[in-house]
Amino acid sequence: MTVKTLAEKLGWKLLTESDGADREVHGCYVGDLLSWVMGRAKADDIWLTVMGNINAIAVATLADTAGIVLVESAALDGDALKRADMQGVAIYATEVPAYETAVALTKALEEA
Amino acid sequence: MSMLQLKYDIPGDDFTRAGEASGDVKQKLKKLGYNPAAIRRVAIAMYEGEINVVIHGGGGEAVVDVDPDKVSILLIDHGPGIADVEKAMQEGWSTAPDNVRSLGFGAGMGLPNMKKYSDEMEIDSVVGKGTKLKLVVYAQSSKA
Repeated sequence: MTVKTLAEKLGWKLLTESDGADREVHGCYVGDLLSWVMGRAKADDIWLTVMGNINAIAVATLADTAGIVLVESAALDGDALKRADMQGVAIYATEVPAYETAVALTKALEEA
Repeated sequence: MSMLQLKYDIPGDDFTRAGEASGDVKQKLKKLGYNPAAIRRVAIAMYEGEINVVIHGGGGEAVVDVDPDKVSILLIDHGPGIADVEKAMQEGWSTAPDNVRSLGFGAGMGLPNMKKYSDEMEIDSVVGKGTKLKLVVYAQSSKA
């Protein structure tokens, strides 16, 4: 399932130019410590975090995650948004906490 | 002589630019048709190195040699050096200041991640003089 389809199913709000229609989601990783995420997340994981700064965009790009979901309405910095649009990273927002988001997306992936 | 040599200046204390060098290397390796798993390992290992140069080294430089079978990354800074390399290699051990931690860094995973994602790693650090770090990633490797 693509990031875009998953976002539509779960009602996430798109923040970036890229909607992730070209990225398949194969799993999910939850975390806010950037090196921890780089060490443990897998390529094509969707990344749930509250970290909306420019370094998070670098991590998503270099670790090749499928996209970012900012949970609990965490803010996305202006320069992070610019960098995400430059790099074609899809970022969505939801007011739902990370755990509930992970449960819902796992269910959606299993049903697909 | 390597097939391709890339050189970058890494500015100190500028977190907005950290990742530019590793991002550029990633793009160039993609264009060369490098193995995607190897590209990801190069990108992560080098980004961790870049971040260390920014946080601890006060800036420095990166020299990347690309060959068909491997990518060698040399990161050089003239910062304070690493007093205890063995400790620094332990997951969770960090000397990063609070302002860095609030950005999401300083988890003490930098050097462990570099070790995890590279096939060879050498640290040459002298307290008060700086650190030279060499990372080699093979195009074909048993590492994920």
